[in-house]
Amino acid sequence: MSADTHTHHDDHASHGHGTMGQLMIGFALAAILTIIPFYLVMAEVEMSRTALVGIIMGLGAVQIIVHLVFFLHLSTKSEEGSTFMSTMLAVIILVIVLAGSLWVMHNMNENMMPEHEMDQMIEEMQSLQSQQG
Amino acid sequence: MSHSQTASVRVADHEVHHASPTPIGFWIYLMSDCIIFGALFATYAVLGGGFAGGPGPKDLFEPGFVAIETALLLFSSITFGLAMLQADKGKRDGTMMWLVITGLLGAGFIAMELYEFRHLIHIGAGPDRSAFLSSFFALVGTHGLHVTGGIIWLVTLLTQIKAHGLTTANMRRLGTLSMFWHFLDLIWIGVFSFVYLVRLI
Amino acid sequence: MANAQPAETFSPIFGRLTFEWIPIHEPILVATFAGVALGGLAVLALMTYFKLWGPLWRDWIVSVDHKKIGIMYMVLGFVMMIRGFADALMMRAQQAMAAGGSEGWLPPHHYDQVFTAHGVIMIFFVAMPFVTGIMNYVMPMQIGARDVAFPFLNNFSFWMTVSGALLVNISLFIGEFARVGWLAFPPLSGSSYSTGPGMDYYLWALQIAGVGTTLSGINLIATVLKMRAPGMKLMDMPIFTWTALITNVLIVAAFPVLTATLALLTLDRYADFHFFTNDFGGNAMMYINLIWIWGHPEVYILIIPCFGVFSEIVSTFSRKPIFGYKTMVWATACIMVLSFVVWLHHFFTMGSGASVNTFFGITTMIIAVPTGVKIFNWLFTMYKGSVRLEVPMLWTIGFLVTFTIGGMTGVLLAVPPVDFQLHNTLFLIAHFHNVIIGGVVFAVYAAVSYWWPKAFGFQMSDKWGKRSFWFWFIGFYVAFMPLYALGLMGVTRRMNSYVDAGWQPYFIIAACGAVLILLGIACTFMNFYVSIRDRKKNLVGGDPWDARTLEWATQSPPAPYNFPFDLEVKGREAFWTMKQQGFKWPTENYKPIHMPKGTATGVVLSAIAMIFGFAMVWYIWWLAILSFAAMVGIGIAHTFNYKRDYYIPVDEVAATEAKGAAV
Repeated sequence: MSADTHTHHDDHASHGHGTMGQLMIGFALAAILTIIPFYLVMAEVEMSRTALVGIIMGLGAVQIIVHLVFFLHLSTKSEEGSTFMSTMLAVIILVIVLAGSLWVMHNMNENMMPEHEMDQMIEEMQSLQSQQG
Repeated sequence: MSHSQTASVRVADHEVHHASPTPIGFWIYLMSDCIIFGALFATYAVLGGGFAGGPGPKDLFEPGFVAIETALLLFSSITFGLAMLQADKGKRDGTMMWLVITGLLGAGFIAMELYEFRHLIHIGAGPDRSAFLSSFFALVGTHGLHVTGGIIWLVTLLTQIKAHGLTTANMRRLGTLSMFWHFLDLIWIGVFSFVYLVRLI
Repeated sequence: MANAQPAETFSPIFGRLTFEWIPIHEPILVATFAGVALGGLAVLALMTYFKLWGPLWRDWIVSVDHKKIGIMYMVLGFVMMIRGFADALMMRAQQAMAAGGSEGWLPPHHYDQVFTAHGVIMIFFVAMPFVTGIMNYVMPMQIGARDVAFPFLNNFSFWMTVSGALLVNISLFIGEFARVGWLAFPPLSGSSYSTGPGMDYYLWALQIAGVGTTLSGINLIATVLKMRAPGMKLMDMPIFTWTALITNVLIVAAFPVLTATLALLTLDRYADFHFFTNDFGGNAMMYINLIWIWGHPEVYILIIPCFGVFSEIVSTFSRKPIFGYKTMVWATACIMVLSFVVWLHHFFTMGSGASVNTFFGITTMIIAVPTGVKIFNWLFTMYKGSVRLEVPMLWTIGFLVTFTIGGMTGVLLAVPPVDFQLHNTLFLIAHFHNVIIGGVVFAVYAAVSYWWPKAFGFQMSDKWGKRSFWFWFIGFYVAFMPLYALGLMGVTRRMNSYVDAGWQPYFIIAACGAVLILLGIACTFMNFYVSIRDRKKNLVGGDPWDARTLEWATQSPPAPYNFPFDLEVKGREAFWTMKQQGFKWPTENYKPIHMPKGTATGVVLSAIAMIFGFAMVWYIWWLAILSFAAMVGIGIAHTFNYKRDYYIPVDEVAATEAKGAAV
């Protein structure tokens, strides 16, 4: 029963909307964490591909945490910890879905059409064609 | 069984008022929505290399354009935060002003996205061109649909706040919309990092 | 007739729907339609005669009462079970006949629709409504609540499920259903190989019902988290409430993946996207990967609440607290997490390497451990208890035996090299029917016989209940043990006909088993009839079974508000504690009770969702746009209604309580 009997105050206790300070800290952090990856790509900074991918993805992950903490006010205390628990569970499922799909599909592709074998097949077919030609 | 000694049941002295289940319920909804996006991200990750001889990310994506889109969404998150602070102080007009600005920033974002989609389709890089483009359009388009839904919700809520003021029910709705809006900005972090930027390296 | 698909045409008004899509040339369908139409007309006429339309609308259709909605879910489940079981009988008859050159009585075009519909209906529109219905009915009362967290949403969820079910049934008489198997693997389900509306009925029916399922999952989680009686800790909740919580967490975590996957397939079919096509870089295996990420948790969504049902029943009828409460909770939580890391065992044969197959084989076998813990907990609960062999307990013992056998064949299938032999054979079919019938169906029957007196205030017939059990129990073994044998001989699933006449005796035995199950179902309906006819003789009070959890502290049937006063609860088995304490409800000083109001928005929105689905199936674009806009409009309009609750006045509470005390 989501009835309107409880006061305005109750809602705040269970789910705060933060302060101006929090909002501005969050904004500053988010801005920095956005500008760095865009700069890295747009200024074509010289770095190894792996490092760049790692940095961009890492900063993205950090910025997601910044948003969760400063904008969505995620804490281990709100709703007796239910909010935090459900977020952690969602993260676990996301990791399973993403990493699992990539692993399974990659492994399947490797196993079903390994690249060196494909190259061999193409060479054989070309040599067959040239013999016929 | 130690609990049998302490177990007891009695009629409550006062009528029980449960705290509103809406914040946690909506949060759980957001988590499930997040998993929808997770499946779309996974699809992009797996099929994103399927160019089928068509154009790839470097032929299509403009980081400058995406940076402006990102800025629009980030600013709209801040303006929504400001609207919430006004609402907490009980200032209806200030709340509504910041909400209007939030909605306009969101609309600007949607306009840019539509422009990008139209452009891509126009140059023959529509979703039917390759699995890469299919998964790109599905993921970014789903995010765009969410933002559109958020704007419709925002307009509805503006009308309701104008009509009834910052009542308990409207504050609760404002709180949930705020969560929704910040959540969409959070998803966009994944989009600009994973869909656009890393594919441009 | 074999490829009886009308040519694709398109008109702006009717889309691709033409008269040729009405299957008047198929005698089976015409006869079915005549039966449904006549039966339907008779019901309509009787309802009008007895002036039941008003009460039906007010007390049921627009009701947000979790008990009413729970009962309506059960009705939906039983109605759809008739449909799904008719499909099963048709398949068994076909395979019993179509040996050694005979083609049987169902052409492939029809047979393929039948096996697809059977799977889809039994999972989505029988098993899911059943478990959702039981959770809806029982769980809020077990935690001492008056309703769920979001009562309107609950009503909406139910009607969305009904809309999905209706779309599947409409496909019987307008057009056709999918011919692709219950999970619709591409490329077969893609636009190149599945033309016509059948596959689209599948997609829209599941998407619409899926909305309902996801929302109901969110609702029930919020209910457990926020609506518990003050003082009831999580670790004091009844086991059934625990399983309901964990099931709904699984629903909320897994169903979004199904939604996304089906949406991608829809884009492939409607908008020429290339996720799962053979060309343009698509990969059909990605669909199979994604759908099983949902699909494996789904089977645990079905079975976990059933574990909860059996826990309650074992404890009540052994007159003991459940053995190993904490291990029960942790075992369920382990199963929840593990169910997300085993999905690949559904496609061991599709080309992954040894490392992947080994990982998923081992995780699958590990799941047997927490499940085994539960089996032992139930056995130890019964051990040295004063066990009463009432009907719910019969189903429970039937479950323990049958489910354990099914679990063991599952562990066999988890060994990848064995799976390479048995994949997609009838061994697999026998395995999952062994766990779903032995687990879910038996649990639903047990739950119905256990909570029926609570829901309606009178007992069911013992005689017909026992008959139903024995027909189902024996029928199951006769129907499915031959399929294990056939599977080991290498017989694949979904065969329309086969050459080797040596298989036929097994199929004939299986068909006899299906007939026994039919008798079991008939006994169930006979039981409903006899019980309702003799209801005056079998009236019961609030606690007919000497039970232990809080739902039995209410009247039978419970008042709309469940409990006349709010309770404060400490410790487990609250109702048992109340009985020990000699608790009596106060009979004065009632207060007005705050309740949610009924609303027609849910049923209206769902009806329009069904029209939207129908329009999309048939490419009737104007109607699709119109109905979608209507849904958005009505949804927004609903948010302008701020008066969603009311108070039940003191007089009414007092009168209701006095009436309950008189029984």
